[in-house]
Amino acid sequence: MSNNSSYNELVLKFANVNGSGSASANTFCAKALFRMGIPVSAKNIFPSNIQGLPTWYEIKISESEQLARRDGIDVMVAMNAQTYEQDINEVLENGTFIYDSSLLRDFKRDDINIIGIPIAKLCADAYTDSRQRQLFKNIVYLGSLSLLIGIDFDVIKQLLSDQFGSKPKLYDQNIKALEIGRQYVKENIKYPLEKQVRKSNKNTNKIMINGNEAAGLGAVYAGATVASWYPITPSTSLVESFEKHAMKLRKNEDGTFNAAIMQAEDELSAVGMAIGANWNGARAFTATSGPGISLMSEFIGLAYFAEIPLVLFNIQRGGPSTGMPTRTQQSDVLSCAYASHGDTKQVLLFPADPNECFYFAIESFDYAERLQTPVIVLSDLDIGMNDWVVDKLEWDPNYKHDRGKVLNSKELENAKDFGRYKDVDGDGIPYRTIPATHPELGAYFTRGTSHNEYGGYTENGVIHAKTLDRLEKKFDTGKSLLPQPEIIINSPKTKIGIINFGSTTKAINETLNHLSSKGIGINHMRIRAFPFSKKIDNFINEHEVIFIVEQNRDAQMKKLLVNEIDSISSKLLSILNYDGMPLTAQFLIDKISEHLEEDIDINQLIAPPIKIV
Amino acid sequence: MTFIKKPIFRHPSLPKNDLGLTYRDYEGLVSTLCAGCGHDSITASIVQSCYDLSLPAHKIAKLSGIGCSSKTTNYFLNQSHGFNTVHGRMPSVATGANLANRDLIYIGVSGDGDTASIGLGQYCHAIRRQLNVTYIVENNGTYGLTKGQFSATNDKKSKNKKGADNPFGAIDLALMAIELGAGFVARSFSGDKEQLVPLIKKAIAYNGFSLIDVISPCVTFNNHPHSTKSYDYIREHNTAMGELDFVPEKENIQAKYSEGESVDVTLHDGNSINLQKLDGNYDPRDQDKAVSILRKYRGEGKVVTGLLYINEDANEMHETLKTSTTPLNAIPMNDLCPGIDELDKLNKSYT
Repeated sequence: MSNNSSYNELVLKFANVNGSGSASANTFCAKALFRMGIPVSAKNIFPSNIQGLPTWYEIKISESEQLARRDGIDVMVAMNAQTYEQDINEVLENGTFIYDSSLLRDFKRDDINIIGIPIAKLCADAYTDSRQRQLFKNIVYLGSLSLLIGIDFDVIKQLLSDQFGSKPKLYDQNIKALEIGRQYVKENIKYPLEKQVRKSNKNTNKIMINGNEAAGLGAVYAGATVASWYPITPSTSLVESFEKHAMKLRKNEDGTFNAAIMQAEDELSAVGMAIGANWNGARAFTATSGPGISLMSEFIGLAYFAEIPLVLFNIQRGGPSTGMPTRTQQSDVLSCAYASHGDTKQVLLFPADPNECFYFAIESFDYAERLQTPVIVLSDLDIGMNDWVVDKLEWDPNYKHDRGKVLNSKELENAKDFGRYKDVDGDGIPYRTIPATHPELGAYFTRGTSHNEYGGYTENGVIHAKTLDRLEKKFDTGKSLLPQPEIIINSPKTKIGIINFGSTTKAINETLNHLSSKGIGINHMRIRAFPFSKKIDNFINEHEVIFIVEQNRDAQMKKLLVNEIDSISSKLLSILNYDGMPLTAQFLIDKISEHLEEDIDINQLIAPPIKIV
Repeated sequence: MTFIKKPIFRHPSLPKNDLGLTYRDYEGLVSTLCAGCGHDSITASIVQSCYDLSLPAHKIAKLSGIGCSSKTTNYFLNQSHGFNTVHGRMPSVATGANLANRDLIYIGVSGDGDTASIGLGQYCHAIRRQLNVTYIVENNGTYGLTKGQFSATNDKKSKNKKGADNPFGAIDLALMAIELGAGFVARSFSGDKEQLVPLIKKAIAYNGFSLIDVISPCVTFNNHPHSTKSYDYIREHNTAMGELDFVPEKENIQAKYSEGESVDVTLHDGNSINLQKLDGNYDPRDQDKAVSILRKYRGEGKVVTGLLYINEDANEMHETLKTSTTPLNAIPMNDLCPGIDELDKLNKSYT
């Protein structure tokens, strides 16, 4: 090994044709690196297509746990001739470009290491079946790569054995393909590369999971029994996760299930079913993405006004309209916060990673039932569909699900004068009843028309205004109930802050580390819920200039803050990224540095961090 | 008229059903529909059916969409939970409610606008899933609350009250329901309680999707120009009244006729429909026959009423989904939440 070797700090990228079986091989590679104890972050950049279009898979490998995306590729495995030109341009100086040299190509870059492996030829020689020839190409390059960057072969074998334990034939076939790739490297190529991996110990108590898997599982732990949905990228795998776990963990001896999963005819119906089931006392949810939110808006207003609990997962994608279905954005903040016509406000939760998706999925049902209102969990494609390395999921056996203010038969008998929409406790939250609770008491009429405290129809403007005021009070009650922001004071004296929410957190952390190393201290607040906690007002008031990072064009979170908190707009400087790709730290560093360098007033507000990283 | 409270007084000699309840115990609030509205007769038939069947009202959920018909869920079964959903979306809310608790009785009330136009998709899919609901369409061929536009069940070439022709053909909800696999399909007339009450009872008893398409005349917007109680007539004779808000008093149209008999019923607008009551020999288990009889009578300009089709072997939604026999909303949290050991296993699977 040369002295130039560096370990566990590189970006590895696979360029493939979609529908060719590459996805499972690439995920497999990320998992092997994870099992070696190395911090990794994987991003699947895929087309809205079934077969034949370019697709990429990026793995950032970082011993120092700087796991936000970064541009510039160290090792590119280029398996799609359509995109060679674009792919080779992304390779950093002294980086490596590996391609299928069954068809030799002359690439015009002499500042990088170009490696040709005749993968198609190797497979044509080894297999007769055309499908095998295609599929095993992915395993062959994985074999080659394992030698080139040093992925532990025993780890790979163990992973294969875990995956195909019950199918020894498949196991053997995969090992054979791996060996073909390794053999070729051994005989023809100088290995390992300068950029390598080696075993580490960073993944103790960590798991590798995507947000939709975690949220679907969270809904099982929340005790949800009804999932109604309409397929839409990138939310589909959330309900599939719920279904998979519920069918396994909730099966009765007579072959029936303690869950119902209903694929609806459209999003309107999907949310209608979830509302009907919640109204009738089950915990029910739906999952969708931007276009679905537009379709569901009328029903969301009904649930808001009739005060029916509802949990809705919005896995955001690139909008507007059909937009970029397979790219990530945070561009539904406003359309969700004020979803539906009339005076409406919806509770939003912003998970930062799959781990938080699990907990928010559980808590969202508690909040929905406590506040008797829709709760929208705003995840995104990056969190929902990419595999993240996060802390393992924990469960407190003493956790008590909060079913909110629901009167049982005895309580109804003790209640003097039940009125469904009476503010008995002064917190704006009334008591509800579930159908069939009591033979004579507690029945009421649920409606989207204006209603009095007993649910009766009214066109009395005074009563209508009073109801709207109570709903506002209820919303305020949510401020202290919902997840509080996460605040990190890097520098007690600095007057500069940065605000983010959701999936951009890794890029923020990496940026703040970097700026800290340059002596620039910026305090950080991650918003986790709307309505905004008082702590959010305080953080903003304590700083003079606040960067606010969002993955949308219109600065939607800034607008929401300005809308909801008085006189703060001049302090908020937006940093916006809306190209559909997960945020890079470099992008943030550049934007913040621009402000700091160009604006003397801001520059004077800087104070050094407590400790320089 | 919602401000008028119904007297709680019950005559001591009112007959009681098996639960010891009187007919009055199954009533709802006072109707605010136009006097003489066919929908009120349907409401009375629902009350009568539930009373006759001695149903515990709190075990019934009544759901509706938006429109005159959908208001009526407020006018029956005060002891039942009711849900006025959004326009055309009652089927999905009823589906969700039913998923949560399979043990309740679900009565869905809708209109021709609510079902045949804005809600046609949800109607079709609720049928397709064999949702266990008694789905009553109060079909008057017109949009009442928005003042008399044609609905999608209005027959082609029929006229609105301004004399304009309806340019488009009608959707036959019963025919559609049969095609889509509804287990129980009937058509009736709001003025024929003798037929309607037994049909509602059968529909409630049926385990699956049951449609009753009830022709229910609108007294206000299908009005006869020469009638002494028409808008024109009232305008000529009473200038003090607001034109849109005034609705003439009318008696419900009643029709009495025997099985196999055909009868012309004169509607408020002076037109008549010919009701053909199915005879005793008709076998409603034959799907093809049901379709052909509907087509045949429609071709002759007649409306055929009665139980048109029943599938005694249909699997209702929960049987298809294999949901637990205990209603999902009654399963304790402890049985639903897998706990810490399962999570440990899952954590391992994610490494």
